[in-house]
Amino acid sequence: MPRPTPFHPRTAELCTSLAYKEWAGCYAVCRYDTYHDREYYALRHQATLMDATPLYKYEVRGANAVDLLSRVMVRNFAKHKVGRVSYVCWCDRDGKVLDDGTVTKLDEEHFRVTSADPSLAWLERNARGLDVTITDVSREIAALALQGPLSRDMLRPVVGAALDDLAFFRAMPVEYAVAGRKVPGIVTRTGYTGDLGYELWMANDDALLVYDAVMESGAPLGLLPMGLDALDVARVEAGFVLASVEYTSARSAFIEKQKSTPYELAFDWMVQLNRGPFIGQDALVAEKQSGPSRRLVGLEVDWNEFEAIYEGFGLVPHLTTETCRLGVPLYQSGRQVGYATSRTWSPMLKKYLALGTVEASAANVGTKLEIEVTCEYERHLATARVSPMPFFDPERKKA
Amino acid sequence: MARTQWDAIIVGGGHNGLVCAAYLAKAGRKVLVLEKRHLLGGAAVSEELYPGFTYSACSYVVSLLRPWIIRDLELPRFGLDMIPLESSFLPLPDGRSMCRWSDAALTREEVSRFSRKDAESLGDFSMAMSKIGRFVKPIIDSPAPEPASWNPKELVSLLRLGRHFSDATVDQMELRMKLLTMSAVDFLDEWFESEELKSPMSVSGIIGTFLGVRSPGTAYVLLHHYMGEIDGAFRSWGFSRGGTGGVSNAIANSARHFGAEIRTESGIERILLDGDKATGVVLENGDELRANQVISGCDPRRTFFGLVGREHLPEDFATSLSRYRFRGSSGKVNLALDRLPEFSCRPGDAHLRGDIAIAPSIDYLERAYDEAKYGTFSRRPYINIVIPSTVDSTVAPPGKHVMSCFVQYAPYDLAEGPSHWPEKREAFGDTVIDTLEEYIPDIKKIILHRHVLTPWDLEQEYGLTEGNIFHGELTLDQMAFQRPTSGWARYRTPIRNLWLASSGAHPGGGLMGAPGALCAKAMLEARTV
Ligand SMILES: Cc1cc2nc3c(=O)[nH]c(=O)nc-3n(C[C@H](O)[C@H](O)[C@H](O)COP(=O)(O)OP(=O)(O)OC[C@H]3O[C@@H](n4cnc5c(N)ncnc54)[C@H](O)[C@@H]3O)c2cc1C
Repeated sequence: MPRPTPFHPRTAELCTSLAYKEWAGCYAVCRYDTYHDREYYALRHQATLMDATPLYKYEVRGANAVDLLSRVMVRNFAKHKVGRVSYVCWCDRDGKVLDDGTVTKLDEEHFRVTSADPSLAWLERNARGLDVTITDVSREIAALALQGPLSRDMLRPVVGAALDDLAFFRAMPVEYAVAGRKVPGIVTRTGYTGDLGYELWMANDDALLVYDAVMESGAPLGLLPMGLDALDVARVEAGFVLASVEYTSARSAFIEKQKSTPYELAFDWMVQLNRGPFIGQDALVAEKQSGPSRRLVGLEVDWNEFEAIYEGFGLVPHLTTETCRLGVPLYQSGRQVGYATSRTWSPMLKKYLALGTVEASAANVGTKLEIEVTCEYERHLATARVSPMPFFDPERKKA
Repeated sequence: MARTQWDAIIVGGGHNGLVCAAYLAKAGRKVLVLEKRHLLGGAAVSEELYPGFTYSACSYVVSLLRPWIIRDLELPRFGLDMIPLESSFLPLPDGRSMCRWSDAALTREEVSRFSRKDAESLGDFSMAMSKIGRFVKPIIDSPAPEPASWNPKELVSLLRLGRHFSDATVDQMELRMKLLTMSAVDFLDEWFESEELKSPMSVSGIIGTFLGVRSPGTAYVLLHHYMGEIDGAFRSWGFSRGGTGGVSNAIANSARHFGAEIRTESGIERILLDGDKATGVVLENGDELRANQVISGCDPRRTFFGLVGREHLPEDFATSLSRYRFRGSSGKVNLALDRLPEFSCRPGDAHLRGDIAIAPSIDYLERAYDEAKYGTFSRRPYINIVIPSTVDSTVAPPGKHVMSCFVQYAPYDLAEGPSHWPEKREAFGDTVIDTLEEYIPDIKKIILHRHVLTPWDLEQEYGLTEGNIFHGELTLDQMAFQRPTSGWARYRTPIRNLWLASSGAHPGGGLMGAPGALCAKAMLEARTV
């Protein structure tokens, strides 16, 4: 049985759909209403509040904290300043991705790591002989994602005007003003929606106080609670990969083919090769030279062709409002060159989008591919073009 | 009077004998199964030893039964009905407990109370075991390779196995080597730190062997038991509805459906020989029955030294067979209970629908082994408990329960000699109950009936030489092309027209059916029947 997060007393009351799923051992709301549309539009027009507590969280402290993280992850943290947050992945010896997450530098010798899968054992195994302590705080720290164009205006009354100076991918310690008093925590300008937004971190005991304060502050501006279904649409628009959907962790892959390298996942920008040794370095150096054999790409499905397939059956085109995670093959001139992993209709862009992995030769922006479309139990093909990512990238995200 | 001439007579109606019979009958052969006891199934049997209560007298959980046998013999149609075990529960004497559930998230939750790292490593461990399992599966689903042979067909199959090895990454190779050589505890140390997790997991490495959890070589046995969980047919261990005998009865029904004849209470005195050739059997009542082929479903020692006679065997075969180790090390206590037992460390019943291990620490298990080494049963033994009546209403009256306790170590070779077991039987039973009382304080008050099986009883009543539950230890040196002896792992024997189809043949013991099925296939392929 999943366990409730500290926000459960509030979210359970709001979740009229009773649609939950298990996320890292916790109850997670899929959608609050029968359909998630309202939450999605609130995210893109006002702001939404999502319980992100199930994320795994680790505190890494000590003189060698920087060394450990630079050794485990594909980035070098040596020159990072306090307050910097990094999106990062980490690999096994063969340069195959194990997981992705964020690293926040909270203090000179103090970092916080978040991950999709449990990572304590991996961090500890690689910490031998180093002056670091790693603490699993997954169960002690609660997290909220406040995302959307009005999120800053909603959060300012709760944490103060200093928020206006918090830059993209930076963290700051805050005191949340709750019910007439202050409770400490951290706010990072991060998120998984590709929008202006913040993530709020606090002790479990303060979770409900902060929740209430933010909801109260946001209500006049149209704040809504959001579940995972709306998030799943937003993250595809933002071009974010999801572990276990876009890629399989090298830990749980049965065969080599199921594993991915950072280059295959288009994480090139985060890999820093020329520095001291880190796990997977040799393999990644070699791959950097030869180039990856396949690449993660964004795809835009040709709506006219899609519509024509449905028209052929006397139907109007139909897509579910949720992101579909059922993989389908991708072809180039009739030969299979890859597969699409997530497909979604973007209500903002009015486009049918997909994330997929294709042979490197078919990965250039503009390449014309075909995607499988099943209509009335019959298989058809529609054009899907490789398109630049992120699909949705508003200026406010970084402004 | 016209004497019936059988294509094949099968000695022993254990599940392997029955599987062999079913395959031969399905291929159109005229077969007869002769079982000594009044019940079919051998060690896979259900017995109502106390009115209203059905014990799975010996074997109590099923997982290894090969999926292709289930399909070939259409066993579900003939009564096979499995109920999955829901959990593995470890009560601890200090009031703590750990339950591993079929729900991985729940298990992580429980394990993380002991070690968060271990909770994380659970997934890695089953991934590693699945990968090795894929490597081992083809070995247990086909006849043993014969490395000494120059037959091109053999070489091809060996090469295929070789390729299995060479395909593997360095990590995989390393893992396999470790699995083949390490102790169960050392192997588990590679993943886990908490004793409470390693201890109940390590016991799979000693079941049916005369080894301790720290003895090298036990890691492999662990895998043998893990196989069922990664095999896909049941995905985990299960109870047979109506007791383990339900599996044997389904096989027997299938065999009969295909035309086999099965007789109980028909013990065989000896196998009839004409020179170095088997020609039939002599029953205990003196009747002689002729057959073109004779198949033994009994263990190798009983078959060759008992039913054939050492004097008829080639000397080198007899010598190596005499070195084949049985060394039974376990016993069984079956209980009829007036109500569901309550564990003081965790009241309630949700965690009692799977198996329960009395294995509080690795030292406890090792100490239990120490005592056995010197010829006494463990004063505080490892006990594997199941209460199938929690999920199967057919084995006990409403509200009442049957409790099966598999107990190790109970060495066949007592210091005073094995024949002294009958006088120690009740003391052995008392030890088991006293051990249980430390976890279930009122156990003694709720026992309605108790049935104690010592290794001696397993031998005398069930025909298991030295009480070994697997027809010979499942250690690596007695596996594959060395089971039962090198050169004779392909079900044939030095006696022409005599075949070995029991757990004493490749791929070994457990409710698997593979030896029986592979023997039948070998016979049909060789067109000897
Ligand atoms: C206490 C105990 C617990 C076990 N627990 C499990 C478990 O939980 N799960 C699991 O998978 N395995 C378990 N096993 C092992 C498993 O039960 C055996 O490996 C398997 O049942 C053996 O099957 P078999 O057909 O090879 O031989 P057997 O079942 O031994 O069959 C041999 C048959 O031959 C008969 N026979 C003997 N002599 C003669 C004769 N002279 N004439 C005619 N018939 C004769 C016997 O009566 C018997 O029926 C357990 C075994 C025991 C003893």
